[in-house]
Amino acid sequence: MENVLNALIWLTNFSLIPAITYGSQLALGALGITLVFSILRFGNFAHGETMSIGTAFTILFMWLLIWLGGDLFPLSIGPIPIPTALLALFPAVACTAAIVFLTDVFVYKHYRKKRVSPTMMAMVSVGVMFAYAGFVRVLIGVEERVVSDLDRADRFIFKATELKRWARDTENFSWIKEGVSLQWNQAYTVVLAAILVILLFWFLNKTRTGKSMRAFSDNEDLALLSGINPNKVVVIAWIISATLALASGVLFGLDKSFKPYTYFQLLLPMFAAAIVGGIGQPFGAIAGGYLIAFSEIFLTTNAKKIWNYVAPDGWEAASNLQLLSTNYKLAVSFIILVLVLLFRPNGIFKGRVI
Amino acid sequence: MQSLPVKKTVFPTIFNRTSLSYFLVIALLAVFGFTQGWNYSLSIALMCLISALMTLGVNIQWGYAGLFNAGVMGFAALGGIVAVLLSHEPVIEAWSASQPWIWSFLFSILVSVLLGYAVLKLIPKSRARYWTITAVSIVGFLVSRWLYFQATPLIEAVNPAGTGFLGGLGVYDWAIFKMLPGWKIVGSFIVFLLGGGVAAAAAYVIGRLTLGLKSDYLAIATLGISEVIVFFLKNEEWLTRGVKNVVTLPRPLDQPVDLIRTDGFQSLVGGWFGPNYSEEQLRSAASLVVKLEYAGLFVVVIVAIFVLAQRALNSPWGRMMRAIRDNEVSAEAMGKDIVGRRLTVFVLGSAVVGVAGAMLTTLAGQFTPNEYVPLRFTFLIWVMVILGGTGNNFGSILGAFVVWMAWVQAEPFGNWLMNTLVYAGSSGEYRWFIGGNADLAQHLIEVAPQMRLMLMGIVLLMVLRYSPAGVLPERVPGRA
Repeated sequence: MENVLNALIWLTNFSLIPAITYGSQLALGALGITLVFSILRFGNFAHGETMSIGTAFTILFMWLLIWLGGDLFPLSIGPIPIPTALLALFPAVACTAAIVFLTDVFVYKHYRKKRVSPTMMAMVSVGVMFAYAGFVRVLIGVEERVVSDLDRADRFIFKATELKRWARDTENFSWIKEGVSLQWNQAYTVVLAAILVILLFWFLNKTRTGKSMRAFSDNEDLALLSGINPNKVVVIAWIISATLALASGVLFGLDKSFKPYTYFQLLLPMFAAAIVGGIGQPFGAIAGGYLIAFSEIFLTTNAKKIWNYVAPDGWEAASNLQLLSTNYKLAVSFIILVLVLLFRPNGIFKGRVI
Repeated sequence: MQSLPVKKTVFPTIFNRTSLSYFLVIALLAVFGFTQGWNYSLSIALMCLISALMTLGVNIQWGYAGLFNAGVMGFAALGGIVAVLLSHEPVIEAWSASQPWIWSFLFSILVSVLLGYAVLKLIPKSRARYWTITAVSIVGFLVSRWLYFQATPLIEAVNPAGTGFLGGLGVYDWAIFKMLPGWKIVGSFIVFLLGGGVAAAAAYVIGRLTLGLKSDYLAIATLGISEVIVFFLKNEEWLTRGVKNVVTLPRPLDQPVDLIRTDGFQSLVGGWFGPNYSEEQLRSAASLVVKLEYAGLFVVVIVAIFVLAQRALNSPWGRMMRAIRDNEVSAEAMGKDIVGRRLTVFVLGSAVVGVAGAMLTTLAGQFTPNEYVPLRFTFLIWVMVILGGTGNNFGSILGAFVVWMAWVQAEPFGNWLMNTLVYAGSSGEYRWFIGGNADLAQHLIEVAPQMRLMLMGIVLLMVLRYSPAGVLPERVPGRA
């Protein structure tokens, strides 16, 4: 029993917490993709680069704040440190939204009027992706950038070693051999993702604009007949999508780091999450995001330690027990995408078919 | 019956838009040759040729049938690895070191695939088949994964700095070819053909999965498969050497260093430059000749594929493809098998891309998985196709030449532009907006090459907006 619990603690530390964090990041990104899918009716290939641009702006504003404030940053409220990136996020949202808005005015609007096919729209988004990719690389370069400015010591809410030490010294818990660590970034990711999702659902379900967006997504012609302004709906969809992409990008950067090419590669798991959940279904995008993240991380977990805890004596594994090597994380999202396309082409939550 | 009036053209047909733009491209290459050296110009031309073949493949998919393949990179990389696996000499020590395991590993994969296929064919569609398939794939995966762990460390331990992988089949050393004149050329054709074949097989699987669906999932699925293929090539060291790269591939044609030593070549150079030619002249002439040979080899392949593609386009089959592309519903009403035809065209196009990928690796004589990035290998090819003219094969080739030349020349141009923007005059003084900030100036200089991405995006958007048909628009036979 104690062995099983130890195995579970190990799993929580090395798989569960990272999976929840990564899942929240993917969910935010997939929400943006699904929103564009349902309102503008095409797969936005520039979404990964939108994430990049947003994160790059955040980093620039973060540097500006640190340059202005000197030792003031990172701020903290009592024991809670606030990564400066989370403050820099607000002006960055304005910049990213402006860029996305201008892109819509100068690029997408023309094709919307001509009512070109979704494939053509996707092709246009490839052009936008190229331009964004160049822009972000000129803006901040191609190297890896650190987004989190917390000190190494401040990064943790609690550390694995602290838990272990506490358990060792406490009478009834001395059987605990594994520890769990939690970082502030991870907590912020989950909290911020939850807030954004709640806000989004409140917006879509309670406000007049949100309702008009849902109406537009359900039936464009009917929505137009009842006097909904399509331009407003589209612009708001773009801005929300960009905001979500930016939040997702900054949280991913806080968790790992920022590199333009890595962000481009996030496009695949985000697309997979949106399709797996059902295109145009916000709930589906969230579920898809977590599904992809959990599969990626659990399938690439090295289960050797878990096995050694639960296996009977003499059966301990000497070599790694890993279903897939960590390098194949991306392949997992692809395989899930393929399985869903094979068995449930409309996604788990029965999304629309464009 | 009254005959239709024959339209008289002022110029003979040789001076049309197509030929003029081709003349322009050749003239541009000549300008590069005169200003930057013929060797440089020819290496650009070689890459243009390979890109042209890739654009032909993509044009077959997009121009003929309207399929958005976002995974060009993956098919090109597959062609590339096939070239490695065919042309590299086999590493016998690695095979013998991993003796029982490697065979059982390969055998286990074969058995599970065959078993899965047999279940699919023998058991009628039911819940039982579903579970059997699942069981077969899980057991097959676990068994082969275990064997994989036994075999791969043994392979990778054999001379890790030099080989560390299984090697290839050494097609250029096969005894059967050595009896024929020009046997290496035949070998290279086999390499190209099989490169295309493997890419086609991958395309068939992806196409079967996605083309039957209502929505346009092809783009996303191909984007995915291409990433997965490149990840596979980067990580499976026992097969591909991974990021350690395969650098010394045997080639179908003599290298410049070998060519220099031959008496025939030396007398040839003597004829060009007079008897007192320098070592420098000899070497650059050799490199030039080798490049010309490769260009000849590629042109043969491209012309063959081009003629086939052109004939297909002007055949009833091409007409059917256009009908499916332009109006799916009515084509289906006429009894055309839309999914089946799309699958055909997708497989054909990907095969052509695979051939181009094999040619690229053969030309470079090396295989570096890290070079395969989607912006360069997928989306740049798309810019070429769209710019050149969707549905027009002449246009695709033109687009490949123009865009590749722009891509190559944009880098030095971007550097020059940034330098003139940052520095005022030659004294190293910064301009006013730099504000004396050396870091900013250095950053701007460093990122200058990235501006070409932005350039390509803007070119693509401009063409899509103002001239969606491209430079050489599609010409439908029988229509003016």
